[in-house]
Amino acid sequence: MRIALFPPIDIVLIIIACWLALGLLSLFSQRSATPVTRWVMPASALASGALLAAGLFALAQPPETAILPLGLPGLPFHLRLDPLSAFFLVLEGGTSFGISLYSAGYFQQRTPRQLGILSLEYHLFLASMALIFVADDAYLFMVAWELMALSSYFLVTTDHEIGEIRAAGYLYLLIAHIGALGILLCFGVLHGAHGDYTFDSMRAATQTPFWATVAFLLALFGFGAKAGMLPLHVWLPEAHPAAPSPVSALMSGVMLKTAIYGLLRVTFDLLHVQVWWWGALTLGLGLLSALFGVLFAAVQTDMKRLLAYSSIENIGIILVGIGLTILFHAYDMGLLAALALAATLYHALNHAFFKGLLFLGTGSVLHATGERNLGRLGGLIHRMPWVALLSLVGVLAMAGLPPLNGFVSEWLMLQAFLLTPSVPHAYLNMMVPIAAGALVLASATAAYVLVKFYGVVFLGQPREPRLGQAHDAGGWERAGLAWLALGCILLGLFPVFVIIALDNVTQSLVGQGLAASASAHGWFFLTPVSPARASYSPVFFLGVVLLVVVLTFLAVRRFYHGRLRRGAPWDCGFPAQTARMQDTAEGFGQPIRQIFEPAFKMTRQLPSAFDEHPHYAVSVADRFWHALYAPTARLAERISGLIGLIQHGRIHLYLLYSFGTLLLLLFFVR
Amino acid sequence: MTHTTGILFQLAQSIGVVLLAPLWLGWVNQWRAWLQNRKGPGVLQPYRTMGKLFAKDAVLAHNASPLFRATPYILFGCMWLAAAIVPILATDLPFAPAADVIALVGVFALARVFLSLAAMDVGTAFGSLGARREMLVAFLAEPALLMVFFNASLISHSTSLTTIVGVLAHRQFALYPGMAFSGVAFAMVLLAENARIPVDNPATHLELTMIHEAMILEYSARHLALIEWASALKLLTYTTIGIALFLPWGIAEAGDWGALPLSLALLAVKLCFLGAALAGLETLSAKVRIFRAPEFLGTAFLLGVLGMLNYFLIGA
Amino acid sequence: MAVPLSSQLINLFAALLLLIAFAMLSQRRVLSLINLYALQGLVLALSTATVAYSTHQEHLYYSAALTLFLKVLLLPWILHRLIRRLNIKWDVETLLNIPTTMLLGIALVIMAFNVALPISQMAGTFTRATLGIATASVLLSFLMMITRRKAVPQVIGFLSMENGLFFAATSATYGMPMVVELGIALDVLVGTVILGIFFFQIREAFDSLELRHLERLRED
Repeated sequence: MRIALFPPIDIVLIIIACWLALGLLSLFSQRSATPVTRWVMPASALASGALLAAGLFALAQPPETAILPLGLPGLPFHLRLDPLSAFFLVLEGGTSFGISLYSAGYFQQRTPRQLGILSLEYHLFLASMALIFVADDAYLFMVAWELMALSSYFLVTTDHEIGEIRAAGYLYLLIAHIGALGILLCFGVLHGAHGDYTFDSMRAATQTPFWATVAFLLALFGFGAKAGMLPLHVWLPEAHPAAPSPVSALMSGVMLKTAIYGLLRVTFDLLHVQVWWWGALTLGLGLLSALFGVLFAAVQTDMKRLLAYSSIENIGIILVGIGLTILFHAYDMGLLAALALAATLYHALNHAFFKGLLFLGTGSVLHATGERNLGRLGGLIHRMPWVALLSLVGVLAMAGLPPLNGFVSEWLMLQAFLLTPSVPHAYLNMMVPIAAGALVLASATAAYVLVKFYGVVFLGQPREPRLGQAHDAGGWERAGLAWLALGCILLGLFPVFVIIALDNVTQSLVGQGLAASASAHGWFFLTPVSPARASYSPVFFLGVVLLVVVLTFLAVRRFYHGRLRRGAPWDCGFPAQTARMQDTAEGFGQPIRQIFEPAFKMTRQLPSAFDEHPHYAVSVADRFWHALYAPTARLAERISGLIGLIQHGRIHLYLLYSFGTLLLLLFFVR
Repeated sequence: MTHTTGILFQLAQSIGVVLLAPLWLGWVNQWRAWLQNRKGPGVLQPYRTMGKLFAKDAVLAHNASPLFRATPYILFGCMWLAAAIVPILATDLPFAPAADVIALVGVFALARVFLSLAAMDVGTAFGSLGARREMLVAFLAEPALLMVFFNASLISHSTSLTTIVGVLAHRQFALYPGMAFSGVAFAMVLLAENARIPVDNPATHLELTMIHEAMILEYSARHLALIEWASALKLLTYTTIGIALFLPWGIAEAGDWGALPLSLALLAVKLCFLGAALAGLETLSAKVRIFRAPEFLGTAFLLGVLGMLNYFLIGA
Repeated sequence: MAVPLSSQLINLFAALLLLIAFAMLSQRRVLSLINLYALQGLVLALSTATVAYSTHQEHLYYSAALTLFLKVLLLPWILHRLIRRLNIKWDVETLLNIPTTMLLGIALVIMAFNVALPISQMAGTFTRATLGIATASVLLSFLMMITRRKAVPQVIGFLSMENGLFFAATSATYGMPMVVELGIALDVLVGTVILGIFFFQIREAFDSLELRHLERLRED
């Protein structure tokens, strides 16, 4: 193979350099937007494609390392490309290929000045994420991590003229830094002998169970904050809708996965032992996030907020998978740990594709209609057939329906759950199946959410007359959407290949692979443990359904007829039907609000019989905000008020402080 | 058994199930009529209705999209697939490895999502009302259904239906309280998922109580016929899943052709009995408010969990 | 493994008891609560009789007969009369909503099973698996007493807790000496009668059977 001439890690570095160069280049195009959209973005997509290829190649290779003589003197950047990194590079490359293609069309309406900066931030963002995946020491990891946080902050606040978006950006930056603090402390605990912060020496060092637990909890906190795990999720539904759609897609699809990557890296690579209750804790938090996310998604009225909440749900599902993996691994059940881990990674990949697809779809709708509010959309399948069709793929995938990709990972996850009775722990034996029930509740509710999303946006009658002028997405946008939709379909139809590709990752993390048992029946049937245990064949599935559909269609035409008349909708004979009588987003979410009322903090404004202008309003707020964040903010304010006391504005006093500090230090250090 | 005969048997089974599904629905309806002191239209009535519908001209709303027109066929395809996977006469089905019970739930979910989307397509008040309620019932029913399957897989160490049936049918006869609980839970889910009383009423056209009917209001002629057929097929498939899990005795083993007639006769007896039982159950209970459905399905979930806990304690 | 039929039957009864305990937990109506209590007594009597049959212990037959008479016939009859006289057939208010109570119940069952596991593994009797269920029924009845506002369901909760204990006794130790059983039976009967009298007193004093009114401890 040609590619073998270069080690993949060099290719990755070249791609990162390319991205940085592309970002800088786009600053030069101050007068016209065309160069950026016509050349830079497609080139960036090509780089993404190369990253995908390099990652795929590196998946099958042994780990390789490199040292970059950058950074502080004596502290060069260590890089390492192992199967886990390679998998996440594949995820980034695959997703960003579609997103960059889409951006080439999407950003055309921006002013050139805006676009230059936007493109710089966009490419910095891409490069920093790739850098995180290949970092092999804590310094580089943290540098890339902060670079990612900052560049995404600027991307979120692209439209900083709007106050809400500034507030969202602030919240995002704040929580990102609180999380980064946790990660930093975690690396501090993990550091190797002689204060060495390369991952290699962390691997070599052994931790006592206590310090290992501390490190794990810090990592869970820090990475959880980035992933949007409960209760550190509040930034997510604010920041994702604020950003331009391709950026939302990148953030949700790839950036959240950097946190998953970090958690996996720390838990399974840097730490040597796992304690079973870590798994139970992660599983519990994941379940809570999943249920919380999906319930809140069901009551949203803004397209992008809905998707953001559903990201919390999916991160929850991924965390559940990580929890199961820790659980199985702690009890030395290698094959099951491999199964759970494969399901986790698979779901991460799937989520990147379908969530990216849907965020881009909302971007097209937003462009065509200028409307994000579900209550003012509707009927777009007639005006935007391409976007509607491709979004349908994303919706079905995300709802966890066969034969698309979302189903495969959830199916694998459930298979892992079904094997928990072999865990030698009586409480877990009985609790975990119920957790599986909760997981199914979350994923079935996700189907509800997506029917709401798709039905309200694309189906029905247009709720506003001006929706009639909506136009379909352009060629670039279509290409981006189609790539991601294709990914959803292929990942769904050929799971065995994915499992085989994941084999090295699971081998390196939990010491066992799934490829042998999963592909025992050939690529046609996915048999995670054994054919007698469970099997699933999406190709067959799709084949039979399609065959029956075609045959039925032909048979009906052959034996009967295909006559068709068009008429007004029947609607039980009600004549005065208007578009306003369809379910709104609020209406569709009403059963969820009613059934799970204790989960929400609701304020309702009901009209009375005597109102001149009857008005109904309902708003749903996050209980965590009032119970956790508002008090914390007040506390922080009070403390900073106290600290403010030492601030007088008199220069003598400040000099006195410095002098005092100096004396104190001299006294102690001597 | 050679591969070809296996596939032939498979095809014969699925075609047989598809063709006989309306008959069984007719049988249930006939029993309902008898139990309610009516004469009833006879067991062949669903065929007559479908024949009439197929012959009519389809009327479609002006703004119906291609999704709306494709849905009946997709629905029918999904149900056909489901019918092909469930072992009802013999445990060796060459197509069965294509989907285990969880994937089977996925098939039903796929059909349901398409139907709900189609219901919202024309943009009438009833359509979205029905879609919303259908999805509501579904997401409450699925955890309970999973608990039932969990229980079966605990015993048989498999989620593949043929294996489950093979294990359950041939183990020593004993009282299994856990399976009894699961059985009740499954029956409740079956009622809910197939739009039967007490969650939905298949015979209603009262706007406030409709679920399934509200979704298919806009359909007519061949589309409606296909949807009705698919619904009948779904009911029969669910029932045969129930038989496979809880009354599997008498199913023919792999390669045992001689046992087929007996198996067929037993199946007929079971179906006749269960149809009457279903009608009786529906006659005895009243439709509950839609917001009582969570409690109904919550009970099913509880029963499933209790069955599973029983397994851990008693080992049954 | 071949499990003897009697053992299977006892397992079945145990499962039914658990189911009834949950049904009571979820029941809103006082009347159905009493009927469920009677049913619980019946299952208990049957299981005691089964134990008696399989272990050939004569005194357990008497115990079963006593259960049948007392818990299936007499106490439900007294309770029925009581609610007719007090005219309280309406729904019982619960402190917690039913689904939450159910989830708590499941958690309790899991705990009870795990707590009972080591004990029942030591016990040599073939009905050992039922100890967990007995413990669970006791806890569930306790939960029912906690979550009910009205006095009558609390009494039923108390009675069904006694049923759970009784079941634990028969399943783990093949029953207690006859004298003890008679004593307990008498206790329960007298307790019910006294509580019945209390109900009338409470209602006369407060015009209602809500226990909220008893929370005021001082007169002011």
